[in-house]
Amino acid sequence: MKFDTPAGRNPIDQLKVVGRATDRIDGPFKTTGTANYAYDWHDPQSKAVYGFVVGATIAKGRIEAMALDEARAARGVLAIVTADNAGPLDKGKLNAAKLLGGPEVEHYHQAIALVVAETFEQARSAAALIRVDYAETKGEFDLAAVKDTGKPEKLAGAPSDTFIGDFSGAFASAPVQLDATYTTPDQAHAMMEPHASIASWDGDALTVWTSNQMIAWGTRDLALTLGIPKEKVRLVSPFVGGGFGGKLFLRAEAVLAALGARATKRPVKVALTRPLSFNNTVHRPATIQRIRLGATPDGTITAIGHESWSGNLPGGKPEAAVQQTRLLYAGANRMTQTRLAMLDLPEGNSMRAPGEAPGLMVLEIAMDEMAEKLGLDPVEFRIRNDTQVDPEKPERRFSQRSLIECLRKGAARFGWDKRIVKPGQVRDGRWLVGMGVAAAFRNNMNVKSGARVRLDGQGVVTVETDMTDIGTGSYTIIGQTAAEMMGLSLDRVVVRLGDSAYPVSSGSGGQFGANSSTSGVYAACIKLREAVARALGFNSEDAVFEDGRVRSGNRSVPLAEAGKAGDIVAEDTIEFGGDFSKTYQQSTFGAHFVEVGVDVSTAEIRVRRMLAVCAAGRILNPKSARSQVIGGMTMGVGAALMEELAVDTRRGFFVNHDLAGYEVPVHADIPHQDVVFLDETDPISSPMKAKGVGELGICGVSAAVANAVYNATGIRVRDYPLTLDKLLDRMPDAA
Amino acid sequence: MKSFTYERATSPAEAAASVMRVPGAKFIAGGTNLLDLMKLQVETPTHLVDVNGLDLDTIEPTEDGGLRIGALVRNTDLAADLRVRRGYGVLSRALLSGASGQLRNKATTAGNLLQRTRCPYFYDTAQPCNKRQPGSGCSAIGGISRQLSVVGASEACIATHPGDMAVAMRVLDANVETVNDKGDTRRIPIAEFHRLPGGTPQIETSLQPGELITAVTLPKPVAGMHVYRKVRDRASYAFALISIAGIVQRDGTGRIAVGGVAPKPWRDEAAEAELPKGAKIATERLFAGAKPTHDNAYKLKLTERALGAVLSEARA
Repeated sequence: MKFDTPAGRNPIDQLKVVGRATDRIDGPFKTTGTANYAYDWHDPQSKAVYGFVVGATIAKGRIEAMALDEARAARGVLAIVTADNAGPLDKGKLNAAKLLGGPEVEHYHQAIALVVAETFEQARSAAALIRVDYAETKGEFDLAAVKDTGKPEKLAGAPSDTFIGDFSGAFASAPVQLDATYTTPDQAHAMMEPHASIASWDGDALTVWTSNQMIAWGTRDLALTLGIPKEKVRLVSPFVGGGFGGKLFLRAEAVLAALGARATKRPVKVALTRPLSFNNTVHRPATIQRIRLGATPDGTITAIGHESWSGNLPGGKPEAAVQQTRLLYAGANRMTQTRLAMLDLPEGNSMRAPGEAPGLMVLEIAMDEMAEKLGLDPVEFRIRNDTQVDPEKPERRFSQRSLIECLRKGAARFGWDKRIVKPGQVRDGRWLVGMGVAAAFRNNMNVKSGARVRLDGQGVVTVETDMTDIGTGSYTIIGQTAAEMMGLSLDRVVVRLGDSAYPVSSGSGGQFGANSSTSGVYAACIKLREAVARALGFNSEDAVFEDGRVRSGNRSVPLAEAGKAGDIVAEDTIEFGGDFSKTYQQSTFGAHFVEVGVDVSTAEIRVRRMLAVCAAGRILNPKSARSQVIGGMTMGVGAALMEELAVDTRRGFFVNHDLAGYEVPVHADIPHQDVVFLDETDPISSPMKAKGVGELGICGVSAAVANAVYNATGIRVRDYPLTLDKLLDRMPDAA
Repeated sequence: MKSFTYERATSPAEAAASVMRVPGAKFIAGGTNLLDLMKLQVETPTHLVDVNGLDLDTIEPTEDGGLRIGALVRNTDLAADLRVRRGYGVLSRALLSGASGQLRNKATTAGNLLQRTRCPYFYDTAQPCNKRQPGSGCSAIGGISRQLSVVGASEACIATHPGDMAVAMRVLDANVETVNDKGDTRRIPIAEFHRLPGGTPQIETSLQPGELITAVTLPKPVAGMHVYRKVRDRASYAFALISIAGIVQRDGTGRIAVGGVAPKPWRDEAAEAELPKGAKIATERLFAGAKPTHDNAYKLKLTERALGAVLSEARA
């Protein structure tokens, strides 16, 4: 199905199943331990053996020699895979560094060997016996030091530099100016489930049970890496214990499991240990960002400029931190610049709301600073600079844009009118209390997505698609979609996901999964409805599917009847095309409100209240959508207050490479979280009239926290995370 | 993890004898720190002597009005004991600020005293660390040191003692009771129990090889406001940036020990004498000779401000 005209009324609009707060249908499997995550699979016919990954312990250089004899002779060891004996290996399209390094070492903890043994303990113990001689070469690890060597780098589909009007002139002549530089640190996905895979060969065919967000990318890149046809690779990933972008790509453990299984002719299980995960995989790269805003005294932005510097390995991408600044606020004169420097740290890549998350961490502090300079309320300042069209191309309207409503509704609900504008005025016991606001913005991307649906003689509809559920609730919204389309209750639908044997879907990433994958299911169900109508002798135009029956005129037949003579199968793929992007900009909007307390003596920051108001099209399942948004808000608090991969710039690695050293929020850090969804539908986005929402939840949160800290203390911190050491010297006298 | 042999001890002296008999042997109680370190091969004992079966898990009154806490009393039980809560509030609060409920259920009194530093370089076996591998150098000096010591450290090591319980024990003037393989017992004042690193950071306590902690004794309770103020980056389940264990009187006198700033709980009686003059003067004295790094110099001011809050709360 091609989606190239705005959606009209369709069966989804009935909202009998879709749009209702629904428990996740995979919940019982998860709570009873019967959901098989990657490492849980086992084949009773062929017992798996265990692989343990050895990571390089230098950041850059060459392996001169590897002494493997002692490890080979260790008890239980079956094979040791290294670049020397693995045979020719290519690199996945989406990998910057090789997934099995050697002799060249490209980053710390790059995998250089896999030890396979009968038990995990044997493999781990033998791995420690491998001795490696390195010739270390000097690398670059300090973004600030190499920033000025950064080169213009295109962002996905966008130019590295954008200029509209006369930014320099307008900024120079603006009566009110802000020019400030901010930093965001490297961050880790730190998902609960580590990267894990089990690989098994049957002749020249490979099956990998894995934990991956994008089955088709993974299948392609694994085949490419191993140099075998894509058709010979099957990936299975029905449950993913968190990814946040860290599992968008083929990673080392899957390749090594396949190589280990080939070497031993046994299924091989490999999970990355936690200490290896932080430097072996990908992370959100650090940025240095400069914002310049010029405005007239009435608060009209006349110049808006955003520059961002980040670093990466050769072949890596820049962090697209300027992305939202091209679209979020009006202003006649505009510029953005993206520069990428070469660093020898592990690969930087997508992490929840790549681009907007770190971009808004900065832009939305700058907006707060500018509002203060102007003597304007920060909510009003944002409203004053709203735009209903793409500010670079005014002929493009936003398909929906309710930023003003989000801000106004949020302000009223949060009690924003009680905020004391002058910082440092509110005290509650030992706490200085402040409120902050930030706009939330995340683009809505639509990705081609396929599904297969099958009706059986029991009237049960089974959906198969390689879409993944990374904890987001995909199973449930896909089930809801099929139920709505076929006139069934949710318990009459079976959903099967995450298998490359199923039609290729959007996968999970960039908050495109929910809208895209359900649209694919919608398309397949349209075909199934036609086939069912034909089978039952109805004119498909007139057939009404409801309550498990198909009805037209006076005639009504159970849906199951259609499947009695054999299953009816339909498959389709939704493709998003047409000229929508020429005429419409699709984005999601929100407003975050945060209240913090800052300990008057120690400057410890604790969040007291949070509210998000989100405008993201139709909300398919308010329960799982809320869950996504509060998860994003929690991550935003982490980014604001504690998350930072600490770079040892001498040795070139992230030092705090475990969950004791890399702190993320715990329950005690997160207060009650209030989430409101505006009631809207976007017929430009898809037949579902929905959009992404999972990443909107993180966008802007950190800046709202930082702005609240400023309101509480009068201290402006421009370097994330806002740890207490950055405030102490400027804290007021506690007495 | 390296392969090891294992035995269950049946008496304290026999446990000590077993550890003496086998080179590279170690005691194991709760294992909450040791097992993690073994998985990383930071610790590589050849033989584990499990002391969990020993009869050392009771809390009893002493003749001089104090308490004898068995080495195996779990942190959860110690924190909840009514006598501890009434007479040694600082200890109960320190325990409850540490780790998580699950870990406190396993962790023992003796094991808590012996927990090892959380310096990230100590945890990464690929990095030089004098504590893990004597003579290899200290990666933390000139590296990432935000969490590490500002005082009491050396050119060889700037690791911190990470615990909370020991800081409270220090302010309570606890004594550590031990037995050796010959059955000899001794009492080690807590002040002398943890050592400063000097040139031998791998030696962290004054325990002799094979010497087993059997109990920790507390003198009779000291009146005053018992406080444990732990400052950290998140609200729970994090090691202290700094912590203050204090027993403070309304007139501003009292005793304090500071955690998270040194290789051992940091207490200085001369600094305590300055407490009535206020936090600034007392902290200056406490940190006399401090050599903070760029990353952790904030701990001086943080301690001063946290102490100021403790003192004003006591006066209120």
